[in-house]
Amino acid sequence: MARIARILRYATLGLGAIAALLPFYYMLIGALQKKRDTGLGGLLPKPSNLTLDNLAGIDDSFSLLGALANSLIMTVGVVVCTLVFGLLAGYALAILRFRGRGLVFALVLLVQAIPFQLLMIPLYVMVVRYFGLADSYAGMILPFAINSVAVLIFRQYFLQIPREIFDAARMDGASELRILRSVAVPLVRPAILTAMLVTFIGPWNEFLWPFLVTKDQGMQPLAVSLANFSQANSTFQANPMGAVLAGACVLAVPAVVLFLLFQRHFTSANLGSAIKG
Amino acid sequence: MKSLRDSGDGTQAAGDPPRGRHPRPSPRHAPPAAATERRIPGRRPGASRLQRWLGNSPLGLVLTAPYTAYVLVVFIIPFGVGVWMAFHDYFFTAPGVSVPHPFVGFDNFTEVLGEEKTQRAFANLGLFMAINIPLTVVLALALASALNAATHWRGFFRVAYYVPYVTASVATLAVWLFLFNGSGAVNNVLGPWAPDPSWLANKHLVMPLIAVYVTWKQLGFYILLYLAALQNVPKELHEAALTDGAGRWQAFRAVTLPAVRPVTSLVILLSIITAGQLFTEPFLLTGGGPSGASLTPALLVYQRGIEQGEPDAAAAIGLILVTGVLIIATVARRVMERD
Repeated sequence: MARIARILRYATLGLGAIAALLPFYYMLIGALQKKRDTGLGGLLPKPSNLTLDNLAGIDDSFSLLGALANSLIMTVGVVVCTLVFGLLAGYALAILRFRGRGLVFALVLLVQAIPFQLLMIPLYVMVVRYFGLADSYAGMILPFAINSVAVLIFRQYFLQIPREIFDAARMDGASELRILRSVAVPLVRPAILTAMLVTFIGPWNEFLWPFLVTKDQGMQPLAVSLANFSQANSTFQANPMGAVLAGACVLAVPAVVLFLLFQRHFTSANLGSAIKG
Repeated sequence: MKSLRDSGDGTQAAGDPPRGRHPRPSPRHAPPAAATERRIPGRRPGASRLQRWLGNSPLGLVLTAPYTAYVLVVFIIPFGVGVWMAFHDYFFTAPGVSVPHPFVGFDNFTEVLGEEKTQRAFANLGLFMAINIPLTVVLALALASALNAATHWRGFFRVAYYVPYVTASVATLAVWLFLFNGSGAVNNVLGPWAPDPSWLANKHLVMPLIAVYVTWKQLGFYILLYLAALQNVPKELHEAALTDGAGRWQAFRAVTLPAVRPVTSLVILLSIITAGQLFTEPFLLTGGGPSGASLTPALLVYQRGIEQGEPDAAAAIGLILVTGVLIIATVARRVMERD
């Protein structure tokens, strides 16, 4: 009885893993095919049909490195803004007593509740028409520059630090800013790593907003360039499917590799603290 | 949400040092003390009333100011403008041109609600939720339970399930597109059983396919949530049920299901919110077709607002969508938290 249960359990887990990973295998094998092979045999790598030409083919349509650089600039910009604003707000909310603290905390929770569907059109009008930030990194970064999840992560970490540490620093004559820089930030390094990992994936994978604000191909992040390529230009390629899948690999690999390197930090505890608000 | 706020205020009230009005005794003549007094000007008696009003650390206002400013510019003002647009006659003009935007009441709403496209988009969203939410809950709970009981390869399975979640939709959608198009690998496997017309061109299959894709993409996140809850279920409870003669299924229903109920409630809530935002999948896979079969409200907001230049109609659709999602989420929560 227990044995049957165990076999059933591993069969379920195995099937789940295959379903989760098979599309990635197909992404890789499809990206390397010289000639499109959609038959069952196409799932096996055939040395005679393997090539890296698809990468070169996609690079003819748009600059792969340029798109990657745009993705990187947008992502780094978002992560840096998130960390700076998140650390400042999280520290103030957890440690300092000031008028309006309750209001700011209410805003942090409110931001999580406002859906993007309602913001999309007005934000587009404001950013593109009034601020004139179309086709600019600032316009791409703006809606993601603050992240309430990061504020909540930092606040939670700062609350766990014994207050005596901050009091001792004050006794020694350190200013609040100095305490923040030399005492608080080094103590919450794990939280900084968590917040970086949690926020990195969002802008790297984001499609809708950069798609709205960038019309200039030279400014588009990879996700947008790739989507446009797969919809319009790919028919000119020798192996259109291979070219799109090659681009998909380039887009997927950085996020997956970072996740594999730091997957220990993607624990349910972090996710829990991230969504409790 | 509540517990977060409570713990914060508790800590603050109990542990806050009596700064400001009662400066700590410090060695008068030592140089560091002089530096301290110069650096914290708020300690002068003249500032005490203002400081009492501002709180012990007015610096907090400065530190949170960038965040607050951002919230105003990026969330609160667009939110207000969006609601305003929905009730006014609003259209794009050249920059600097001032035109009247008269109040039109619910005209935008009656206009969009009367259109077949809008009705279809919301019906599609309903179909999506009816497939996506039960599938998500059952699969996430089943895989998390199996993973919780497993002794080997746990790390591998955990990582495998989470990989789709961290990968860009644009990348994984490309794979699904080529797996499920007319001459794709799925139809090759199915052979004579392949649907006709094929998946993405089939108006009965395209929305279920999108629902399955989103389930696949999000599942890893929900498995981790369930896993955390399952690890907190006392093993003794489960064993006690088994020794009392309950079958495995009975024990699961009597012990595990009630214990993970809060997580189930959360998973349903997050699935509803995700469903409301459904845009990238239909946009990239089918563009909303065939003939509106995969149109979603969020995609319609984009089409009306930006492609067709009717931001007022788009804002009205957005507002209807948000209200609908809110109502469904509230009802789901009530149902989950009953008894």
